[in-house]
Amino acid sequence: MTLARRIIPCLDVDGGQVVKGVEFEGLRHMGDPAELAARYNREGADELVVLDISASRDGRATFLDTIRRVAEQLNIPLTAGGGIRTMEDGRAVLRAGADKVTVNTAAVQRPELISELAQQFGSQAVVVSIDVKRTPRSRSWEAYVRGGRDATGLDAAAWAAEAVWRGAGEILLTSIDRDGTCTGFDCELTATMAAAVAVPVIASGGANAFEDFLAVFERGRADAALAASIFHSEIHSIPVLKKFLAERGVPVRLSR
Amino acid sequence: MKITIIDYGAGNLPSVERALKALGAETERATEPAQVGSAEAIVLPGVGHFSAFVAGLRERSLTSSLRAACDSGVPMLGICLGLQAMYASSEEAPGDEGLGFFPGEVRALPKNVKSPHIGWNQVQTMQASKLLCGVPLDAYFYFAHSYAAPPTGAQTVATCNHGIPFAAVIEQGNLLGVQFHPEKSGETGARLLRNFLESAR
Repeated sequence: MTLARRIIPCLDVDGGQVVKGVEFEGLRHMGDPAELAARYNREGADELVVLDISASRDGRATFLDTIRRVAEQLNIPLTAGGGIRTMEDGRAVLRAGADKVTVNTAAVQRPELISELAQQFGSQAVVVSIDVKRTPRSRSWEAYVRGGRDATGLDAAAWAAEAVWRGAGEILLTSIDRDGTCTGFDCELTATMAAAVAVPVIASGGANAFEDFLAVFERGRADAALAASIFHSEIHSIPVLKKFLAERGVPVRLSR
Repeated sequence: MKITIIDYGAGNLPSVERALKALGAETERATEPAQVGSAEAIVLPGVGHFSAFVAGLRERSLTSSLRAACDSGVPMLGICLGLQAMYASSEEAPGDEGLGFFPGEVRALPKNVKSPHIGWNQVQTMQASKLLCGVPLDAYFYFAHSYAAPPTGAQTVATCNHGIPFAAVIEQGNLLGVQFHPEKSGETGARLLRNFLESAR
């Protein structure tokens, strides 16, 4: 009996379309969210994340519709977020078919939001997303908000610990330095955070080669690894990646 | 056949409904005792807090009708918190009374492992199981919980281990339960739900 390490494709959506951001800027269309979701469900993804990166309140109805369309395609868990500011925003996302809601900027501005969501929906439904950049000090990262644009002055590990104390059930950790660069996950970052909190840590940012996934599970001690463009563009297929990991002793759920 | 899904005001009903419908079942959401009273088969879904579940049932006067359905042999499947609610009590909500179909207390997962226990895990089959019929021994199921039922008792047909062993699948007569989410467990979960539908027929 082993808890499998998870492979999680992420759909960044804007106006009902999947887009790809490189270093959080420069968007490129990657396809229809429901079609991609169906493909990942079939290929053995362990769950799916859908993020609204439009950051416009007008796009809310479109995003909820996207969640509905995506959820229809899945028999695996779905996490949704982007622009969640209130408990009602969270409820709308869950009602639309998500199993978990992810919060970022609003949680930094008002940490009580995490407690409110956890009390209402349970910790297992609350994923706190933290975007970080390395600081000049060693083994230290600062949390950023608003899509990686604004520094918060918060030490990422301390913020993660507070988020967990307030009821976060998972931490989705994105390295802004690595995101979209295809230089591999920041394993030092994920290992530091995995040691700092007693909930699962999902590593994100920089995935490229199969070896990057192996490294983030072994050296990085991540519970799950998230990636977007390398899956969308079919550079890598999930079944082949999982087979690679299984052959190297990483416990993964192989689809049949 | 028609499956009556208990709607206690929280929980992930749409995904459970979708999974059952995909297998050809008809579903209805029950918020009133009469619906429970006439049910052919019942699913107790559940996410969230034990006390919210118990209070949700009480506010809708569903507790006694569920106990009556249990006594009259109506097939019932508890999912996650729905399984936990079948026990007498939970450490998550001291003082709140569960449905009490099984004795014992649902306990928090230990502090030496990551909690919630989130992700895909395998189960250890202890005895012949209706729900796990045809499911490979090394199959994975999706778990998302911080509390778990004891692995003891004749109803425990499969266990899982996360810091401590706990009941993953329970079966006793018409009462069935799973700590994981079959509706989120891919093809394996669909097989398990199909087994439930067949056993309820």
